Amino acid sequence: MRAFDPDLWPVVALTLRVTVSALVIAAAVGIPAGVWLGLARFPGKRALTAVVYTGMALPPVVVGLLTYLLLSRSGPLSFLEWLFTPNAMIVAQTVMALPLVAGLVMGAVAAVPHDLVRQVRSLGATPWQVRWAVLREVRVGVLFALLVAFGRIVSEVGAAYMVGGNIQGQTRVLSTAVMMETGKGDFGVALALGGWLVVLALTVNLAAMRLQGRSA
Amino acid sequence: MRAASSLVIAAALLLGAGCTSTPLKSITVATTTSTRDTGLLDELLPVFRTKTGIEVRVVAVGTGQALEIGRRGDADVILTHDPVGEERFVAEGFGTTRTEVMSNDFVLVGPPDDPGGVGGAKSAVDAFRRVMDKQAVFVSRGDESGTHQKEKATWALAGIDPAGDWYVRSGQGMGAVLRMADEKRGYALSDRGTFLAQRDKLSLTALCADDPAWVNRYAVIPVNPGRHPHVKHDLARQFAEFLVSDEAQRLIADFGRAKYGEPLFRANPRPVGGGP
Repeated sequence: MRAFDPDLWPVVALTLRVTVSALVIAAAVGIPAGVWLGLARFPGKRALTAVVYTGMALPPVVVGLLTYLLLSRSGPLSFLEWLFTPNAMIVAQTVMALPLVAGLVMGAVAAVPHDLVRQVRSLGATPWQVRWAVLREVRVGVLFALLVAFGRIVSEVGAAYMVGGNIQGQTRVLSTAVMMETGKGDFGVALALGGWLVVLALTVNLAAMRLQGRSA
Repeated sequence: MRAASSLVIAAALLLGAGCTSTPLKSITVATTTSTRDTGLLDELLPVFRTKTGIEVRVVAVGTGQALEIGRRGDADVILTHDPVGEERFVAEGFGTTRTEVMSNDFVLVGPPDDPGGVGGAKSAVDAFRRVMDKQAVFVSRGDESGTHQKEKATWALAGIDPAGDWYVRSGQGMGAVLRMADEKRGYALSDRGTFLAQRDKLSLTALCADDPAWVNRYAVIPVNPGRHPHVKHDLARQFAEFLVSDEAQRLIADFGRAKYGEPLFRANPRPVGGGP
């Protein structure tokens, strides 16, 4: 396998497919949750905040192990038949990305000046309009949250290996391939794959910066 | 907000493009890293697929983990190299039949200058005693793999409980352990196949081998459908039967001869039949 080997494309494509799927789910749930958590006041908010922040630091291998046990044939979600499929990897990555997105969005929303929120409310905005206005205000923070989450899950190897199984053509992603090739001593291949991982991260970051520049 | 929505749209496009078609028939085999890292499966599986139309999904881990994956019903068939663990696996009802597929042997590898002087050892046990006496670095798999089991058995035969700074419990696969032994200028027990396949990337040499105790037997076991009704026992049995077929046995016996000067595995000398 060389740097431009056609065998590489399925690996790159799967890496993107898994990571982006996880990110979309994490964004769909995490952004609204973050906005809500940042604005709402209710008893138990501190506890919930603590849970989200703890989730941001969940060790990937623990996420991998728990996902494995959940999806295993002997586990409670065995009927899904997801173990050793890309779906299992998406589950694990979503669990890792969700608290990051929610937590960082919550932080950004909490930093929005209270005056602004009050002003919007005093103009007669409904709660949904308030949330939308705040979300517009923190769009850079949201983008940042998505980038951080992307970076965390695209390069993660422990959980991906455990629940995906590193099956050639099916669940082999860039990070697990780097791990395997290093174990085999094929450092050249490992380096090429690692290079693609860096290129991927860089591309996404540059694209996001462009988008950010346009919408600012 | 446009930024985020553009991202979501891009993501949706990617998702759609990423769908792969699944073949009609496939099985999952949990196997040891040596069968994958040597390239043997790359040789055998395309032939099997052509003959039967069955795609084999390979999860290559240590034998201990492979057996555990089988135990939980997460694979249809296992291909491992730990006779004791495999017998127990079958006896406990997790597998149907254990069929020996091939063998090679374990070798003690170490630095060419052989600081432990194991080159002159008369037996495996003698070699391990010499490593211990010299407190030479020994890198253990430490992962309950087939190789690790054999290593533990050899320490036990030598009456040694290996512990100390010289004994490195790595918890990694065979390739990684060989590399670690190379870097630390230490010894390691390896299956001959993996060692031969990686020899040109290492400065290690084989110092002690040919002990009858160090035979390394690989066996295939379909997971018992009585335990896990969802497993594709029929396809798994076809896979097991293929591995001991004349054609596969010939491929195994020739595998590596051209590339490494000697075959990495020996075909099973006494092929036994398929299953119940």
